[in-house]
Amino acid sequence: MQFFAELFGSYWADVQLVVWTLIKIVAIVLPLMIGVAYLTLAERKVIGFMQVRIGPNRVGYFGLLQPLADGLKLLFKEIILPTASNKALFFIGPVLAIAPAFAAWAVIPFDATLVLANVDAGLLYILAMTSVAVYGVIIAGWASNSKYAFLGALRSAAQIVSYEIAMGFTLVGVLMCANSLNLGNIVMGQEGGFWHWYFLPLFPLFVVYFISAVAETNRAPFDVAEGESEIVAGFHVEYSGMAFAVFFLAEYANMMLVSMLAALMFLGGWLSPVPFLPDSILWLLAKVAFLLFLFLWFRATFPRYRYDQIMRLGWKVFIPITLVWIVVVGAMMQTQWAYLFH
Amino acid sequence: MLNSIKNTLGSLMLVEMLKGMALTGRYFFAKKITIQYPEERTPQSNRFRGLHALRRYPNGEERCIACKLCEAVCPAMAITIESDQREDGTRRTTRYDIDLTKCIFCGFCEESCPVDSIVETRIFDYHGEQRGDLLYTKQMLLEVGDKYEAQIAEDRAQDKVYR
Repeated sequence: MQFFAELFGSYWADVQLVVWTLIKIVAIVLPLMIGVAYLTLAERKVIGFMQVRIGPNRVGYFGLLQPLADGLKLLFKEIILPTASNKALFFIGPVLAIAPAFAAWAVIPFDATLVLANVDAGLLYILAMTSVAVYGVIIAGWASNSKYAFLGALRSAAQIVSYEIAMGFTLVGVLMCANSLNLGNIVMGQEGGFWHWYFLPLFPLFVVYFISAVAETNRAPFDVAEGESEIVAGFHVEYSGMAFAVFFLAEYANMMLVSMLAALMFLGGWLSPVPFLPDSILWLLAKVAFLLFLFLWFRATFPRYRYDQIMRLGWKVFIPITLVWIVVVGAMMQTQWAYLFH
Repeated sequence: MLNSIKNTLGSLMLVEMLKGMALTGRYFFAKKITIQYPEERTPQSNRFRGLHALRRYPNGEERCIACKLCEAVCPAMAITIESDQREDGTRRTTRYDIDLTKCIFCGFCEESCPVDSIVETRIFDYHGEQRGDLLYTKQMLLEVGDKYEAQIAEDRAQDKVYR
């Protein structure tokens, strides 16, 4: 320590800050990666169970080493570069897909004090980050120079843009209730038991938010961007090996991110549902796990939406509902029942 | 009018979505029907048509009389037979090949055989590791027959009443 302090001289404080921040980033990203890996296993298990199968169970007990085996397999596979592709963009695509998915976690509060960057406009930052993710998909689809990839990218872009509007409006409802863009403050605004959580006064917005989240992450039943049965795999059809795995990771990391956001903004984050139990990060993890289970449950239940139905749902149903409910919330706040919304 | 209001409300409340999820939710807890293959196996019929075998009579004499009915009936033309007279004056096959890569396991050979010589056993999990491994010769088929004769005989005996 002493040696390093002398080595860096007056920069020592800055160096310490950088190193300490890096350690914190690793402390967030590492569990996130492991979580993503095991989410893939959970998905296969849950869908298997719902189809009256038992899912993977050969690699390790209950298939617990399966994600590792899958990862190793992808790691050793060749990364094929299509001759007609745009080489630089072809590799920027996956990076642009996964970087925002991880970067958005910087402002996520896991606890009253456990947060990497306690930014005032945290919610805005997250919205910006999730919007960037769509560029990864578009660039990947375009750089592949394949018609399937291109169609997938087009669909994905239109879908993500459409549902982002509805999603943004649901967040406006939360902001009106919480009077803050800081995620920690939003959670603290829901203190005092589950009847204070925002999903009750904002129930329509909560439903719209969660369905939009499923659409945003291109998950079934909104997975027309991939659409295995029509456009083979959509935007990542030309990707193989680790480049494909990166898209895969990004999709699951995004699922966890939107679930985390739903838990923070509508389900009281780390707050316990009843006042006599202590608040803890475990509550947050349990809520996120439940929402992720819903993702898998949806995939096991619903057939894929037709493309025009997706657009209709986004523009003609969700946006009007959210607008109406925002007006309702705004109007109610001027009456004697305003306390219901805070 | 009333109906369309009811429908709109129903779809806004996600009634049918929730019904669907209730169904898959119930199946989540249902007893799983997976059979874990190497350890567990599905029950087999005594008429199962798997790997072929050539049988012998209890005195060790091979059953096949080289009538070539199986060769004629085989729709995939997977059977090749050559025959000659043996020293004791009986007609016997000198060559009896089944190309298992051609065979479609229809069981016609077994049905056509007048002496129950060529049969299909219950064995389905065999493999070849290089070209030609699945081209079974008379010697190989007789070996299969010798090895599984007990099972083969039992299956034929069970099925006898229906034939």
